[in-house]
Amino acid sequence: MSAATASTAVVPGMESGHYRSSKLPDVKLMMWVFLASDIMFFGTLIGTYLVYKGRSLTGPYPVDVLDVPLTTVSTFVLLMSSFLMVLALHALRQDDIAKFRLWTFGVAFFGAIFLGFQVYEFAHFVDLGLTLQGNLFGTTFYVLTGTHGVHVTIGVIWLLSILVHSYVKPWTSKDDVYLEVAGLYWHFVDIVWIVIFTIIYLVEFV
Amino acid sequence: MAVSKVTIPAPTPDSMPTAGLFTRPTWTTGIGSWLTTVDHKRLGLLYIGASLMFLAFASIEAFLIRLQLAAPGNTLLSPDVYNQMFTMHGVTMVFLAIMPLGIGFANYFVPLQIGARDLAFPRLNAFGFWVYFFGAVFLYSSFFLGGAPDAGWFAYAPLTSLSNNPGNGTDFYMIGLLVGGIGTLVTAMNLIVTIVSMRAPGMTMMRVPVFTWMILVTAFLIIFAFPPLTIALLQVIFDRTFGTLFYVPEGGGMPILWQHLFWIFGHPEVYIIVLPAFGVISEVIPTFSRKPLFGYPVVILSGIFIGFMGFAVWSHHMFTTGLGPVVNTAFALTSFVIGIPTGIKIFNWLGTIWGGKVRFATPMLYAIAFLVTFTLGGITGIMLAVPPFDAQAQDSYFVVAHFHFAMGGGALLAFFAGLYYWFPKMTGKLLDERLGKTAFWLNVVGFYLIFVPMHVVGLIGMPRRTQTYAEGIGFELPNLLSTAGTFVMGVGLTLLLINIVHGFLRGKPAGNDPWDARTLEWAVSSPPPHHNFDSQPVVNDRDALWVQKYPESVHGERVPASASEPYDAVGIHMPGQSWYPFFMGLALMVFSYALLYHNFWVVGISVAMIFFFTYAWALEGVGGHHLPAGPRTADQSRKEGHA
Amino acid sequence: MHVRRWLHRGLAIAVSVPLIAACEFSGPQSALDPSGPVAQAQKDLFVWTLWLSVPVMVGVFGVLVYVLLRFRAKNAEDESSIPHQTHGNFKLEIAWTIIPVILVILIAVPTVRTIFATEQRVEAGPDDLAVHATGYQWWFKFDYLDHGFTTANELIIPVGTRVVVSLDSADVLHSFWVPSLAGKRDMIPNNDNQVWFVADEPGTYYGQCAELCLGAHAYMRFRVIAMERADYDGWIASFQNAAAQPVSADPLVERGRVLVAQKGCVACHTIDGYAAGTEVGNPDFPSLTNFGLRTTVGAAIADNTPENLAAWLRDPQAMKPGNYMPTLWSADDPSREEEIEAIVAYLLSLGRDGLASGQLTLGGVHGGQ
Repeated sequence: MSAATASTAVVPGMESGHYRSSKLPDVKLMMWVFLASDIMFFGTLIGTYLVYKGRSLTGPYPVDVLDVPLTTVSTFVLLMSSFLMVLALHALRQDDIAKFRLWTFGVAFFGAIFLGFQVYEFAHFVDLGLTLQGNLFGTTFYVLTGTHGVHVTIGVIWLLSILVHSYVKPWTSKDDVYLEVAGLYWHFVDIVWIVIFTIIYLVEFV
Repeated sequence: MAVSKVTIPAPTPDSMPTAGLFTRPTWTTGIGSWLTTVDHKRLGLLYIGASLMFLAFASIEAFLIRLQLAAPGNTLLSPDVYNQMFTMHGVTMVFLAIMPLGIGFANYFVPLQIGARDLAFPRLNAFGFWVYFFGAVFLYSSFFLGGAPDAGWFAYAPLTSLSNNPGNGTDFYMIGLLVGGIGTLVTAMNLIVTIVSMRAPGMTMMRVPVFTWMILVTAFLIIFAFPPLTIALLQVIFDRTFGTLFYVPEGGGMPILWQHLFWIFGHPEVYIIVLPAFGVISEVIPTFSRKPLFGYPVVILSGIFIGFMGFAVWSHHMFTTGLGPVVNTAFALTSFVIGIPTGIKIFNWLGTIWGGKVRFATPMLYAIAFLVTFTLGGITGIMLAVPPFDAQAQDSYFVVAHFHFAMGGGALLAFFAGLYYWFPKMTGKLLDERLGKTAFWLNVVGFYLIFVPMHVVGLIGMPRRTQTYAEGIGFELPNLLSTAGTFVMGVGLTLLLINIVHGFLRGKPAGNDPWDARTLEWAVSSPPPHHNFDSQPVVNDRDALWVQKYPESVHGERVPASASEPYDAVGIHMPGQSWYPFFMGLALMVFSYALLYHNFWVVGISVAMIFFFTYAWALEGVGGHHLPAGPRTADQSRKEGHA
Repeated sequence: MHVRRWLHRGLAIAVSVPLIAACEFSGPQSALDPSGPVAQAQKDLFVWTLWLSVPVMVGVFGVLVYVLLRFRAKNAEDESSIPHQTHGNFKLEIAWTIIPVILVILIAVPTVRTIFATEQRVEAGPDDLAVHATGYQWWFKFDYLDHGFTTANELIIPVGTRVVVSLDSADVLHSFWVPSLAGKRDMIPNNDNQVWFVADEPGTYYGQCAELCLGAHAYMRFRVIAMERADYDGWIASFQNAAAQPVSADPLVERGRVLVAQKGCVACHTIDGYAAGTEVGNPDFPSLTNFGLRTTVGAAIADNTPENLAAWLRDPQAMKPGNYMPTLWSADDPSREEEIEAIVAYLLSLGRDGLASGQLTLGGVHGGQ
């Protein structure tokens, strides 16, 4: 491209051949865009749950199986994991690698505890007679919370992978964006759970 | 400017440590180079090539349908085969031909128009293509594996339940679209990040070419519209595979929920198809009128408004399902409103031609045909937005006529304009103008012959999706005319394909800028070099290339575009090629078949493969190498390997 | 050159006009040939939007023709000259935003009025005819709720009376569409849909299923037959009295009556009056009560003549591929023709004593044929 009258201002970022028209790193913007679409995924599942709420032809019904105190505990665990996530990111940004590894493990561990609660709950509900095929409550409940559980599982695997990888090739504060996007994902999954918990559990008992 | 002699340091511009699992492919020619490419230009060509192939398949399906309907009582296609034909015609046209054609143009031209080197995530881009391609192969394999989907392209429940539709066809539809949709979603996300983050210095949003703007709006539509479809598909898959009750009336399920979810996706989908077409028209008309787009901010705003409103009209596909007068009124009003910005765009395109110097090259002919046809399609759309009339037209051939005018005469004609417009840039060769114009007339006359009679036959009572029709009540003549039209358009389409092949093989050299155009893609060679721009362009205006060529034609203080001083020693980063997008696509296809055949062991294996490739992909890193910045000769360009 | 090009362009569109004009718009299934107030209101809205679209088309196409002729590049020098690079005109943008808004309002007002006039849910009152229509693959069941009988594929209604049809489906989606009287309304399981209409004059109005239901969807049609009140009352009475219809003395008819049990017909098909004190058939299959009064066979795919009925019995799959009626005789069965003749005679005798006695009339087809 021939320069007619060249404007000689050098634009910041161009020196490294990596000019960006936005201050957000690419992976972070990508994660935000992904989360926007994930909102629609969960929105649709939650919408389906709400449409079919109260329309089951047979039991068991929500009041028969839901255990709010128990699920409150697992919700708290998930919330705490988000707090640990914040700590992990902060530690990485301070180049405190030991703490970064500890808190990252903590997030995964708490996430795994949450999943343990979920598994117990599903098994218990099946015992009580709530199945995928039995009624609309079973169909919508298991698919909605199951999809959320899959998201948590992916998050746990992701965080553990980061942890392992940090031993293979050292992580520094310069890599913080890669933990930050994992954190964004994790917080999103947590917020979705709060919505699900409210709509499925709390609303039944108000 | 001499090419700077620099030493190229080791690759990976970011500090993220990487580990290679296998040797990275580096072919620049041969089939390996196509399977492992991450270059947006090659992927654009792959998308366009695949789309044209599926367009041919869908045209054959349409041709068979029209042969069957040429006279009442025909037995060319039994009802079951006929249902598969129109279902696959619709699915192919919407998901495998027209939408990917727009995405192909976006892939090729968005980075060039904004002065970028590639999309933000090149391997993800490749993955998007392969998932689309393997999803399409999966869908088409249904013809040989028990029958194609046959419940229509929108597959209303409970037609798709296991008891009503036990064959494999519906599973091919559900799983094929679910997996293929992943590709569309990631490409949309990629395009958003690219357009937001990788515009050239000085290219503010209000200087971005209209095509790229429309792609941005389209990408947002995709990320919000595809998830409801994905969930709806998942719900049907669960119903059919695990016995859930989402759409099972006996269990309390409401089939109408499928309609809601499908159309919450489906209506934005038609704007996902047509907004890129609007973008193409907004490039072609200014170029061939030698004037800037009239009312650029208004055209952009209309596009955004259409995108937004596109989510507010979905139940106009459901006016006859008994939603009630209040709901019908609401959606009628929103559907009327959405016609307004579309009309505004049409007026602005007319305003662009006004006062210009019009050249009737083939791209411009298609753009003019688009203006007429899409206006007519829009008018019948407004008619259909009137619920009481819609009750007479819904599921009749009037609706078929409307959406073919809007999508066929609209999007397809616009994309043909884009094909003729951008072919020289992509290949470096010109298409034959005489052949192009002949094909144009055949296509347009054929198109009108096919679809105008459909308005009539719909109004006198012929429902759609019917394998035959009653005699003696006036349906014969319009059907015969429509079938005759397919022969005319068939010749036109064939000539178009011949022109493309001939152009590839023997087209005259095009040069950088055969149309004397306005946007940055015409500033580089045809085809562009692998790295797109020798140096990072800096823009100071809309229509940056035009301002540079003809600064005296522009009012006021305008500083022409320039190239900055080239990069320093680091140079232009070219991302590395990769096998993993291709293999991930393949793994997803294996997953699809495993799910279809309820082979949960193979499902598990394919999930493991997906995990494996995810890790390999992540650990492989961006890779690649650096090229020195600055102008190079054609020879040097070729050595560096270009599309 | 370019002018000719544009004229050729116009030809493509001008070809459409005679195409449209040459086509007949009347017909027994035509939305543009209404015979009742609901269909009339729906057509009126269409015509109104068509008129409003004329200035739009004239405007857009007129300007398009003008700019293409007036501003075309006439030679090579012209092609490389640069016209004034106008960017826009704010006043014009306002104007051509406001005008479409006005057009939209002009369409919206009568639209909303008509929606509320034709689509409100109504309660069937004592002056209405209440019918429950169920869509099956691939036929229509009509239950006359107030009169206590069921028929299939033919809806007999009195002229000038509001008919309120509640809609349901026994399997997949179907749709009830009789264009001359009203637009379609979908039959969706677990939805409780309703359509109502009035027929202004006697006649036979054609209907068709207008929602893909796979299989023989193209062959799922029905008739609405509107009659003067006196004739209608006679028809209703003949259905209500069908169970008590006299046994025919004709031996062929009696042979047919025996055969429909032997061949298994009455395992599926209900026939009121088949045998005194017995009920036969299954409500999920088309009723054959008073079949002799039906004007069509196979869900309105052929006229009810002895030849068509015989063809149907001989090979129902040939007439309606995929439907659930089995083929009752193999092609080389020697008794086939004789048995078919007897069954045809029996079926066509059902309800016909009313015709013979002149109490009933069969109406003409609406829309002319």
